[in-house]
Amino acid sequence: MPTVTMTVNGQQVSRDVDPRTLLVDFIRNELHLTGTHVGCDTSQCGACVVHVDGTSQKACTMLAMQADGCEVATIEGLAKNGELHPMQAAFKEHHGLQCGFCTPGMVMSAVDLVQRNPDPDEHEVREWLEGNICRCTGYHNIVKAIQHAAKEMRG
Amino acid sequence: MYQFDYHRPTSLDEAAQILSQDDEASLLAGGQTLLPTMKQRLAAPSQLVDLSGIAELKGVREDSGQIIVGAMTPHDTVANDKTVQAKIPGLAHLAGEIGDPQVRNRGTIGGSLANNDPASDYPGAVLGLGATVRTNKREIPADDFFLGLFETALDEGELIKEVAFPVPKKSAYAKFHNPASRYAIVGAFVASTEQGVRVAITGAGPCVFRVPEMEQALNSNWSADAIKDIKVAADDFNTDLHASADYRAHLVTVMAKRAVQAAG
Repeated sequence: MPTVTMTVNGQQVSRDVDPRTLLVDFIRNELHLTGTHVGCDTSQCGACVVHVDGTSQKACTMLAMQADGCEVATIEGLAKNGELHPMQAAFKEHHGLQCGFCTPGMVMSAVDLVQRNPDPDEHEVREWLEGNICRCTGYHNIVKAIQHAAKEMRG
Repeated sequence: MYQFDYHRPTSLDEAAQILSQDDEASLLAGGQTLLPTMKQRLAAPSQLVDLSGIAELKGVREDSGQIIVGAMTPHDTVANDKTVQAKIPGLAHLAGEIGDPQVRNRGTIGGSLANNDPASDYPGAVLGLGATVRTNKREIPADDFFLGLFETALDEGELIKEVAFPVPKKSAYAKFHNPASRYAIVGAFVASTEQGVRVAITGAGPCVFRVPEMEQALNSNWSADAIKDIKVAADDFNTDLHASADYRAHLVTVMAKRAVQAAG
């Protein structure tokens, strides 16, 4: 089996894997970081969104081997020193979740949006969430949370 | 997924060599179509040749008045590239309309063109702008590249290096998208170029195609009104749960008009 090496949340990891291993399965089953979810497994729902070399990507539609040598960030890497990332804090504050299944993907996707667009309007946030499906909230509070987090992150 | 061997070569020659030794080997670009297809066991390559390690395939540059887009350039890069936005806004707009942000961060122009899905967007721009597909073996004009349903002029062992887009006087893309997948039910790319007007339609038929009647009408009068009565035959158009062939034929005129309006 080939060996894959990548940096996940700042730590270098290396494993022998079957080339068929999806990045999301590598993260969950090999690294036991189960915050990244498998929802549809067909790149529609966005529950598996992680960052690969700084941009949001769907980990169910990527092989672990494709992330060889890459910097990967998952939801577990966002909080620093026990303090929630402003995006996580805003989702909590504005009730941007109900069952919570889509939330890790939503948060990772939203962080990518705010990194490239520090002050997104409501329309831009809704457009950006095209690849993230939530079946509980109706999106309203998610949009609100992202706009508040953006303000917080602008400082 | 069925089993396969994985390779990440660092040069075009190395990639071509692996391809030439195994008929069942497949190229892996962004993987946004190939991996879902493999997961459904509709494709079973013996070897995957990941092109992401070949630096020369990535990026956008300007050369001799043309915009050159490397085969492994993600849609998001094309959509946000300042040169593309300034010189060919229709192309930047099209790239920004593909799929969702995560698909655009990973999916590539080379993968899209080699696959030639009838509902994909990029073939519209490549044919509509009269671009040239440059491979490891030759240069293929857009008019000769797209042959039919999922079929291109690429030979066995041939791989796309980059696409050269001539800069048009103006261009625009208008898409009636499937609200779930974001694929084009019908997409119209119109361009006014030095050599005349080009109109390319994707999504409607088995393969992207041009509409000469619209091109002639727009050559003498660049306005949405000039093509409002030009209908295309629905004979070989796609019918599925999203739209009938007749409805797609209707949309061809509607979307072409909108594209002309958007181009200004």
